[in-house]
Amino acid sequence: MPDIERVVHAAAARYEHDATQLLQILIAVQDELGYLSPPALTAIATTLNIPRSRVQGVAGFYSFLYTEPVGRYRILFADNITDRMLGAPLLLDELCRKLWLERGKLSEDGLVSIDTTSCTGLCDQGPALLVNGRVVTRVDHRRINRIAELVRRQVPVEDWPAEFFHIDDNICRRDALLGTPFKPGSALIAAMRLGRNDWLQEMHKSKLRGRGGAGFTTAVKWTGCRDAPGQQKVIVCNAYEGEPGTFKDRVLLNSFADHVFEGMTLASWATGAQLGLVYLRGEYRYLWPALHEVLERRRAAGLLGKAILGTPGFDFDIQFHLGAGSYVCGEETALLESLEGKRGTPRIRPPFPVVRGYLGRPTVVNNVETLAKTCLIALQGGSAFAATGTRQSTGTKLLSVSGDCAAPGIYEYPFGVSIAKVLDDCGASDTQAVQVGGASGMMMATYEFHRSIACEDVPSAGAFMVFDSSRDPFEIAHNFVDFFVHESCGFCTPCRLGTTLLKGYMDKIARGYGAKVDLADIDWVNRLLKNASHCGLGTTAPNPVVDTLVKFRPAYERRMQSLDFEPAFDLDAELETARRLTGRADPAAYLNGNNEARP
Amino acid sequence: MNREFMLDGLPVAFTEGQTILQAARAAGRYIPSLCWHPDFPPHGSCKLCIVKANGRHVSACALPAREGMEVESDTPEINGERRALLQMLFVEGNHFCPSCEKSGNCQLQAQAYELEMTSARFDYLFPVRPVDASHPDILLDFNRCIFCELCVRASRDVDGKHIFALTERGIHKHLVVNAESGRLSDTDFAADDLAAHICPVGVILHKRVGFQRPIGQRDYDHEPISQVAMEESS
Repeated sequence: MPDIERVVHAAAARYEHDATQLLQILIAVQDELGYLSPPALTAIATTLNIPRSRVQGVAGFYSFLYTEPVGRYRILFADNITDRMLGAPLLLDELCRKLWLERGKLSEDGLVSIDTTSCTGLCDQGPALLVNGRVVTRVDHRRINRIAELVRRQVPVEDWPAEFFHIDDNICRRDALLGTPFKPGSALIAAMRLGRNDWLQEMHKSKLRGRGGAGFTTAVKWTGCRDAPGQQKVIVCNAYEGEPGTFKDRVLLNSFADHVFEGMTLASWATGAQLGLVYLRGEYRYLWPALHEVLERRRAAGLLGKAILGTPGFDFDIQFHLGAGSYVCGEETALLESLEGKRGTPRIRPPFPVVRGYLGRPTVVNNVETLAKTCLIALQGGSAFAATGTRQSTGTKLLSVSGDCAAPGIYEYPFGVSIAKVLDDCGASDTQAVQVGGASGMMMATYEFHRSIACEDVPSAGAFMVFDSSRDPFEIAHNFVDFFVHESCGFCTPCRLGTTLLKGYMDKIARGYGAKVDLADIDWVNRLLKNASHCGLGTTAPNPVVDTLVKFRPAYERRMQSLDFEPAFDLDAELETARRLTGRADPAAYLNGNNEARP
Repeated sequence: MNREFMLDGLPVAFTEGQTILQAARAAGRYIPSLCWHPDFPPHGSCKLCIVKANGRHVSACALPAREGMEVESDTPEINGERRALLQMLFVEGNHFCPSCEKSGNCQLQAQAYELEMTSARFDYLFPVRPVDASHPDILLDFNRCIFCELCVRASRDVDGKHIFALTERGIHKHLVVNAESGRLSDTDFAADDLAAHICPVGVILHKRVGFQRPIGQRDYDHEPISQVAMEESS
């Protein structure tokens, strides 16, 4: 098929036939061909001169890469709990009905398919959906009607109403980062005036900790990378904001991109790295053109490229990589694997990325927000930065507030802010629980609202999902369990099976067949996930269930018919096929003798 | 310099760079494992070799030993967790030991005996995994795959053929072969490849030799895997 050959050659040429760009090439080929057919995978392997098995392995890993035919319109409803609370499941059913198709199946004419996807980072303006990778916000019944019409009339997505794709920043509270005017280049000039070593000293003084959730001290990472043997060091910006309920990086990249790129350049100044990579989640692809403009502007201003600001030997530039739907790629070593064009499987640590990272080179991986914060440190000095927040968690934190509150959006607070204060500010009332830190974070009950957001108390990558008393904690946990099953990379036994078995128990309880013994089994599976998993995804996957079982146990128990043993299936319902085959409907054909299976 | 760590209260000598598991084996001490192979770098996927080092769970195959480390391995707590990991592997695939050609030579089965697994405990998943009998000399029965990737690694790193790879992810992860048709006969796989001899379970089977060695006279029929493995490495 010459068409496939042509497309594959063009995509491979764009990435200089570099096999480490395999993921980017797969995305480019799929953009042209709609899906990655077996001959397309073969052509990619041949063109790049790599084994076909490797190409198939990678293509199958990412949920936005399709190895089976998909509709010309691929509609994916965000399935985070906040989208569900805003009615996403009903809207999905409605669109399926209007377009006469079943969820997850391609329509007969190959026109459209509808399914769900993990959180798209638009919880403040949901429910959201992706149509051919583009984000539609604030989906309601009217928008569903119009989408059904647009699909039926086969209007190209580029010609859909622009307001569908409108995304607000929703910044509700500004502090040091969001509230201070910033002139691109100013932080860099300040740090360069200090010299590389003194600049790193300022970073140490600031005690800045990573904003991606783990809270590792940034200056220690930078020092480790600077001191690691090897010349070609790398700065990676982790813009894979996949944690459900988190959308602060979306806003930073949209309106504060100069901070982020300048932060990467500051990291380069401290470590001597010459290559910068931004790994952007596929859901944020719409940001790509604007981000490229910022990069171009910075290059033109001498803030990127060779001899930055006229300093010989200070060379640094930034490239972009696009993700394709895989939460685990937010884990720094899985991210590095993905950047190298492989399956996003977390590596064995040690060695840590600062010693052996991207292509074996010393690599710093920092979160978007962490990098943006370094500009403040360059401008105000490390001590001034360390004077805000708490002693162990300095500076401010961006919270992505969503769920049951009057004003969802981005709130910037000094670390140490209490949960109660945030709830007050965002206009939440009758709050039953707050999920801090996303699906892998902590579910806080009312008696814990005095606690504070800080690495030493309630750590958070930024998610803050509010649930009022009308919500069911079991359903929240169930949603997060579904998320982890979908996102487990499947590398290690405890996570691959643990998440799957956990979903089995949660589904069973949801169906009304749960029993006390299941709760004991859940505890056991949770323990294995926590103790034996290979990476943070597995160790944190049980958190929502552990927390809700401890703090909201009645939500589980009230779904149980009996607190003792209950079989996993309904024997009478299982006889339905036999009844249909034999045409029997008399009382003797039913176990309970009353002509109906149990609901 | 002679350096030591403590394994279940007894000293084990190690050299710089050795992992806990390597040092233990070299000292004649067994730590259960499935995806680890002495000729390959650590993989760390099966997690059967979990131990507690200074109170923290780690993979013994991957963590370098350190002076003075306190390692707990053969304890009711750790063996209980290992048993559960085995139970997970058993419910994930379709493992019918009595009719399996690998019975008695299978490391998964042997570990189940070693760790006294008497039931599968969890609900079976019963996945649908068709066999591939296309190759003239080799049968692939994917029902038994435990994703140790030893065939992937052997074919890639030793045979230089890249016959096997994993695709998809999570619970849907599965083994594929290096052919557009998906059939082993369309690859250059050969019966004398290392990858054809490395499967610890019954996925990669040689044709026409089935049951040549009767069940009852096989590797793990008379001695537990903890002893067989130590004899092999000594």
